[in-house]
Amino acid sequence: MSLSTSILLTIALAPLVGCVLAGFLGKFLGRAGSHSVTILGVAISCALSFYVLYQLTLGGAETYNQNIYTWFQIGPINASVGFLVDRLTAMMLVVVSFVSLLVHVYTIGYMADDDGYTRFFSYISLFTFSMFMLVMSNNFMQLFFGWEAVGLVSYLLIGFWYKRPTAIFANLKAFLVNRVGDFGFLLGIAAVLYFLHTLDYATAFGTAPSLIGKTLQITAGTHWEAATVICICLFIGAMGKSAQVPLHVWLPDSMEGPTPISALIHAATMVTAGIFMVARMSPLFELSSTALSFVLVIGATTALFTGLIGIVQNDIKRVIAYSTLSQLGYMTVALGVSMYAGAVFHLMTHAFFKALLFLGAGSVIIAMHHEQDMRYMGGLRKYMPITWLTMWAGSLALVAVPFTSGFYSKDAIIEAVGESHRWGAHYAYFCVMAGALVTGLYTFRQMYLTFHGKERFTVLDHHGHGHDEHDAHGHHEPGVLAHAPKESPWVVTLPLVLLAIPSLLVGFFTVGPVLFGQWFGSAIHVDEANNVLGELGQEFHGSLAMALHGFTQLPFLLVLVAFVTTTYIYLFNPAMAGRIKSALKPLWTVLDRKYWVDDVYFALFARGGVRLGRLFWKAGDTAVIDDVMVNGSVGLVHRIAATMRRLQSGYLYHYAFAMILGLILLLGGYWLFGSGPVGSVLAGQ
Amino acid sequence: MFNHLLSLLIWLPVVGAIPVLLAGSTRPDLARWLSLLVAVLTFVVSLFLLLQYKPDTGGMQLTESYLWIASWGVHYGLAVDGISVALILMTTFVGILVIVGAWQVIQDKPHQYMAAMLMLEGLLIGVFCATDALLFYALFEAILIPMFILIGVWGGPRRVYATLKFFIYTFFGSVFMLIALLYLYQKAHTFDLATLAALPLTMKEQTWIFFAFLIAFAIKVPMVPVHTWLPDAHVEAPTGGSVVLAAVMLKVGTYGMLRFILPIVPDAGDHFAWIIIVLSLIAIVYIGYVALVQEDMKKLVAYSSVAHMGFVTLGIFIGFLLVRESGNTTMAMLGMQGAMVQMISHGFVSGAMFTCIGVMYDRTHTRLIKDYGGVINVMPWFGFFYVLFAMANCGLPGTSGFVGEFMVILASFAANPWIALFAAFTLIIGAGYTLWLVKRVLWGEVTNEHVAHMKEINGRETFVLVAFAAAVLAIGIWPQPLVHLMDSSVSQLVQQLAIHKI
Repeated sequence: MSLSTSILLTIALAPLVGCVLAGFLGKFLGRAGSHSVTILGVAISCALSFYVLYQLTLGGAETYNQNIYTWFQIGPINASVGFLVDRLTAMMLVVVSFVSLLVHVYTIGYMADDDGYTRFFSYISLFTFSMFMLVMSNNFMQLFFGWEAVGLVSYLLIGFWYKRPTAIFANLKAFLVNRVGDFGFLLGIAAVLYFLHTLDYATAFGTAPSLIGKTLQITAGTHWEAATVICICLFIGAMGKSAQVPLHVWLPDSMEGPTPISALIHAATMVTAGIFMVARMSPLFELSSTALSFVLVIGATTALFTGLIGIVQNDIKRVIAYSTLSQLGYMTVALGVSMYAGAVFHLMTHAFFKALLFLGAGSVIIAMHHEQDMRYMGGLRKYMPITWLTMWAGSLALVAVPFTSGFYSKDAIIEAVGESHRWGAHYAYFCVMAGALVTGLYTFRQMYLTFHGKERFTVLDHHGHGHDEHDAHGHHEPGVLAHAPKESPWVVTLPLVLLAIPSLLVGFFTVGPVLFGQWFGSAIHVDEANNVLGELGQEFHGSLAMALHGFTQLPFLLVLVAFVTTTYIYLFNPAMAGRIKSALKPLWTVLDRKYWVDDVYFALFARGGVRLGRLFWKAGDTAVIDDVMVNGSVGLVHRIAATMRRLQSGYLYHYAFAMILGLILLLGGYWLFGSGPVGSVLAGQ
Repeated sequence: MFNHLLSLLIWLPVVGAIPVLLAGSTRPDLARWLSLLVAVLTFVVSLFLLLQYKPDTGGMQLTESYLWIASWGVHYGLAVDGISVALILMTTFVGILVIVGAWQVIQDKPHQYMAAMLMLEGLLIGVFCATDALLFYALFEAILIPMFILIGVWGGPRRVYATLKFFIYTFFGSVFMLIALLYLYQKAHTFDLATLAALPLTMKEQTWIFFAFLIAFAIKVPMVPVHTWLPDAHVEAPTGGSVVLAAVMLKVGTYGMLRFILPIVPDAGDHFAWIIIVLSLIAIVYIGYVALVQEDMKKLVAYSSVAHMGFVTLGIFIGFLLVRESGNTTMAMLGMQGAMVQMISHGFVSGAMFTCIGVMYDRTHTRLIKDYGGVINVMPWFGFFYVLFAMANCGLPGTSGFVGEFMVILASFAANPWIALFAAFTLIIGAGYTLWLVKRVLWGEVTNEHVAHMKEINGRETFVLVAFAAAVLAIGIWPQPLVHLMDSSVSQLVQQLAIHKI
């Protein structure tokens, strides 16, 4: 029993068809037509993805690995477009298509008043196609295609409102920072081809052990381990795409894009591509504990330090964005301790609850007439109960309260880091543990500021000024609304409910098999010596026991501390937040300025790059090459010609004088040097 | 007809230019339609060429040879291999698009413009199939004339400076080639390239000849530091001139390297390969930075051409390192293929970029970036194409711009990881200058009245852009047909790298 090629092709191509139809025939199809074709395309992919998952888990289907067509064949080097579909791929397919489908539906409500309605649907379908190509790839070339294609769509969507200066700054920044990652990624692929002589996953992984003992000469005396070079280069790609420190700077800015794509691309799917990639490459990463330590330290740093920034944000989307960075850090930490299954498991649960939080934030933003500043919210729970409840569901999962999905995935990561003996694990353990407290602080603060406490906005009660159109782009007085906030339409709330269910429940039912039951089979390879999950598994006695045990553990106690603190501050003593802020002013400034990373990058790379370019252009091209060499030669020719012209003056006495002078020199020379070699030359012999 | 297919391809546009000229300035539409007819016919004939050429056999095919100048043994010798066929197809394809692109744009003496274009096309095709060194040299020089006229007559305000610079620069280079050819002639008593390839030469001879050829071809490519004629020529050239210049004429330089340096002076080529590799990397990194700060869109794209051509020279010359130092023929083939694909791809991508700039220039008569902003608001369809070609220019997978760079970077890693490191830098800097351009020109609010009055592309412009887009996407999505077309020729080139003459 095997999977059918046509089903897999349909999964990949159905969204592309939707994209092309909505994109090129959008005017002709109209709004309803455009959203219908794209939603239909993604719905087909989603249904078939579930079918594929079913086939691979219960239907007894084998892993599918086939090439569709040859991209190029040069000697023995083959690059193809092909699919590798195992349980890892199937899980990604289901997550991507499910979230994408809900986001498509949600968009009908969110973008209802936007001029770019059909364009938006075309883009998100294109994204879905690209993401499928990435996760279904069976080789490095196609992986890179999907990798860059999702980057392109991300660029287009962050800059969706292309009239906003901030949006078109953010999308350029996102693309360039991602390109820095891709730079490493491409070198990693080149190293794979160099050492393993193939671009095909199965062959590369099969021959991966041959890397042991091989080195790459860096300089005359320096040799690096082949596996380490490959893995670190590949991981640099993941750092760009999954926004790990120090390449994290693009993700918060990407919030300039419409909220549905923040949920789909910049939380649930695209940014997790790096995590997926490393998990997919587990046979390579297992060969280099150096590379894994690198991964571990980067992930841990991201998990704690970006989370801290989240505490001081006032923009509702930015809080969630920093939370996403922090959670991606957790996944990376899991990769770093060889707990690939745990990373992918957290990827899945995170996709549900983070998409939910973003879409919920979007629902709030609609209700607030595109106001995103939480300082002008408060008390929204009575206006929008569905959004409020579902966002609480997502928040509980995010802070990892036992029994929620987030608990099972995140708690397992923290436990595993504690078990690990890898270099850097102590630091990572501290970071992920402290991160639990930080997560609680920013999450509860956000919920209180948004939904609880006093209303910090006023509602104008007059009509007929066309305020909605005006407000749509945020040019209004902060905290003043034309109409009272109200619950969003069903196309918005239905996705919230459908995401809240897996956010709360999926972990409870899947933690056993996925984490401890070898569910991924051969898709993920872990060396016996690194198998922290195996050790944890011996203490695992079912989801219920794990959750009950969780109540007594430090992470949960830290969340309780965060809960009590924020509850006291934001519900009972709002003035205290300001007092703490002024008391810890230096610390607050550090966080508010985001550790000055953006400023340094901008000065160094953006301004510095332009300066360097000017220097090269003016000094190199214009001054040296053109003025000295090119025009200088022209000038030289001019001068020589002028001199030569003077020689040919036409006056007889000039010529006569020259002849006499020449004669004297010749004779004088002959007399001086006699019959020596010079003399004989002079005498013409 | 098939016996003289190559002659037909060369002479059809050259002779076809005569009736176009005769149509005169009084009947401009007749001249336009005639030239379009000739260009389309030439393209159709080049399709026959594609059908006639047998890629699996390899070697030079469709040979024609007649004694031309008996006393010197110069032949009118023509033949093609897969690389020539690919370049010729690109030339004839672009040939149609520049005629269509100039349709209404050139109002001043359109018949002469079209005739010059057709002649240029014929001569370029000739360069790509000449098997006699002197014939190659004659054609190599002859292409300067129509291009000189195109820039000098229909160019911008500083066209006299630009044409002189362009002409003298390239002419200066080819003098060295001529000297080298004369030296070879007095040794071999023939200009036949195949014979010259087999001619034994000492290292000293090879060195002199290598540098003579290098100067000639490096100026044409152009390589750093002899590239400064290109931005000036592009800025002053009319759109069609820029398109042909970037798309086809630059390839003459790298094509010359394949036909002259690799077979005739392989040992010197190996010995001095590092020079070309270093210059290529400088082209990629240094020129990338220079492109970043350009204020004129055409200059920016011209500089980006220099950087992209750096991948072609890099891909060719890492072959020496790979074949001779590590015996890695496979990777050398990958690099060489990458260079070839990059040549073809750059033809389409740069041609499309210059066409896009021309479309905007026709509406506002300015090429300065600061005069634009928010063009997407008034020309959304144009914006679609512009973003597509910009993405191809920064090597996005799925477009042709990716394929060659990908192959060359992968191959250069095998030669030396440091080379790959510098080459891969294009990922960042290429995206930087291209997308910053897009940001300033396309995105944002409409910045001024002129932009507000820009009209969406018309049917003719759409046709040209769609044709370019089709080529860019076709190669990007499925490069194998192109790779297969050139495969046996590339493998022959790589074998030549290994041949020692001393």
